Amino acid sequence: MKVEQISIFIENKSGRLAEITRILGDAGINIRALSLADTSDFGILRLIVNNVETAKKVLKEKGFTVSKTEVVAVEVPDRPGGLSTILQTLDSGQINVEYMYAFVEHYSDNAVIIFRFDETDKAIETLKSTGFTILEGDRLYSL
Amino acid sequence: MFFNEEFETLPRPALEALQLKRLQSVLERVYANVPFYKGSFDKAGIKPADIKHLADLQRLPFTTKQDMRDSYPYGLFAAPMEEIVRIHASSGTTGKPTVVGYTHRDIEIWSELMARSFVSAGAHKGDIIHNAYGYGLFTGGLGAHYGAERLGASVIPISGGNTKRQIMIMQDFGSTVLTCTPSYSLFMAEEARAEDVDFKNLKLRVGIFGAEPWSEAMRGEIEEKLNLAAIDIYGLSEIMGPGVAIECIEAKKGLHIWEDHFIPEIINPETGQLVAEGERGELVISTITKQGIPLIRYRTRDITSITYEPCICGRSHARISRMSGRSDDMLIIRGVNVFPSQIEAILVGIEEVEPHYLLVVNRVGNLDTLEVQVEVDERLFSDEIKILQKLAKRIEKEIKDMLGVTCTAKLVEPKTIQRSEGKAKRVIDNRIL
Repeated sequence: MKVEQISIFIENKSGRLAEITRILGDAGINIRALSLADTSDFGILRLIVNNVETAKKVLKEKGFTVSKTEVVAVEVPDRPGGLSTILQTLDSGQINVEYMYAFVEHYSDNAVIIFRFDETDKAIETLKSTGFTILEGDRLYSL
Repeated sequence: MFFNEEFETLPRPALEALQLKRLQSVLERVYANVPFYKGSFDKAGIKPADIKHLADLQRLPFTTKQDMRDSYPYGLFAAPMEEIVRIHASSGTTGKPTVVGYTHRDIEIWSELMARSFVSAGAHKGDIIHNAYGYGLFTGGLGAHYGAERLGASVIPISGGNTKRQIMIMQDFGSTVLTCTPSYSLFMAEEARAEDVDFKNLKLRVGIFGAEPWSEAMRGEIEEKLNLAAIDIYGLSEIMGPGVAIECIEAKKGLHIWEDHFIPEIINPETGQLVAEGERGELVISTITKQGIPLIRYRTRDITSITYEPCICGRSHARISRMSGRSDDMLIIRGVNVFPSQIEAILVGIEEVEPHYLLVVNRVGNLDTLEVQVEVDERLFSDEIKILQKLAKRIEKEIKDMLGVTCTAKLVEPKTIQRSEGKAKRVIDNRIL
């Protein structure tokens, strides 16, 4: 039910993103979705890739700090108010969203949103019980 | 265990009598052979014969690094060049290096003092000493090398650099004693981790670390990561090289300075007056047996304190405390005195942070700013911004609480701060004062 995301610590200096994407590109890693959070000094690049272990290994070899986090990919109806219905469900279940970002590809006719929750298992249960579709990692990586 | 039990345990009255005799002799020699000393003693109105007690030493003028620069290269040598068998030099941070020369007897004494130091650290004949101090003009490599041979240990003259090969050799050759700078030992530990080598599987038992100031907290980290007893050694090329003072493994509390060859004094660096026993100040050393380049009241710029209390190891020689910095690398930030070693101790205390740090000082308008750059450990890293920001805030708060100075903590990627295989660069001061 959970999807593996890799996070990379980057300093705010020129060329770091280019370097990371180059390393991944050279290793034949395809980036499926990404989000970048930043402060004035540093940032965290979060990626969903088609090969988590290889991506982690090649980045670590180049000296980057990399960690793996479990996130949840949820299918969201691609129409006005689609995201709102999910967030309302979560809110009523008292689940906090740490961060979220959108997936590049569609799945069937729906959009895919990546969520990082404070209580992942509870979130999955709440969403499933209200009829939302959670995507498996394997299907997502190969979309 | 002792290397030279008689002299290492000489009762203080006998030790002081020996010091006085040797001091009087060296003063006669430098007055007769070194124009600089004749000039400075005459200017102070003192003749060597006026020194009748050890306390009279205070009446003599200091020798400084600047005096050595002014006499570049051989001006302070007290022996003719045909008796000098070795020349070393310390890298000058500005301009010319400081040059020192050794007679055959100087090398003999240095070897003995270094052999004494090895024994004090818990090493013995039969040990395999992995000597990763640099060989060359720097005194570290050859100084430790000769001492190891004098002890009768097997010395591996690996010198600095090529860390992967160092680790392989330590593994394959069964090194039992490591000598290098403390920062390089941690660098090795990192490399070993990257290579999947566990120090617990090596035969290393003792590490003898010096040539740069380090902290008690760093000792804890080195001992844990390298699985050995970490011993602090002190020395400087002007006085001799490594082996001027060393901790004993029995107490690990203060470094015994070999007082039958050196007379230590602790002074207030501002006034030049002696401070009380136990009080911190600048270490001043007079060499009393050297022939090549004897120095009288040499200002080391190293900050320490001294105690004459008996030590459990049985050595009668005074102990100086771990160097807490240099009287000239002390940072004054908005009126607060800060030693890089103090910040290091705080950072090691925050367990997630590797002790690789850099202090950057700037002056914005009339205000000094201190930025503490620290490398973020892999294990700490979070995918959430707020957790990393909390870490930075904690570093800032602890430095403020402990040292009273406001700083900004900047988290940087691992291995971005320059690693040196010699002395670690810890401060960039951009202020023009």
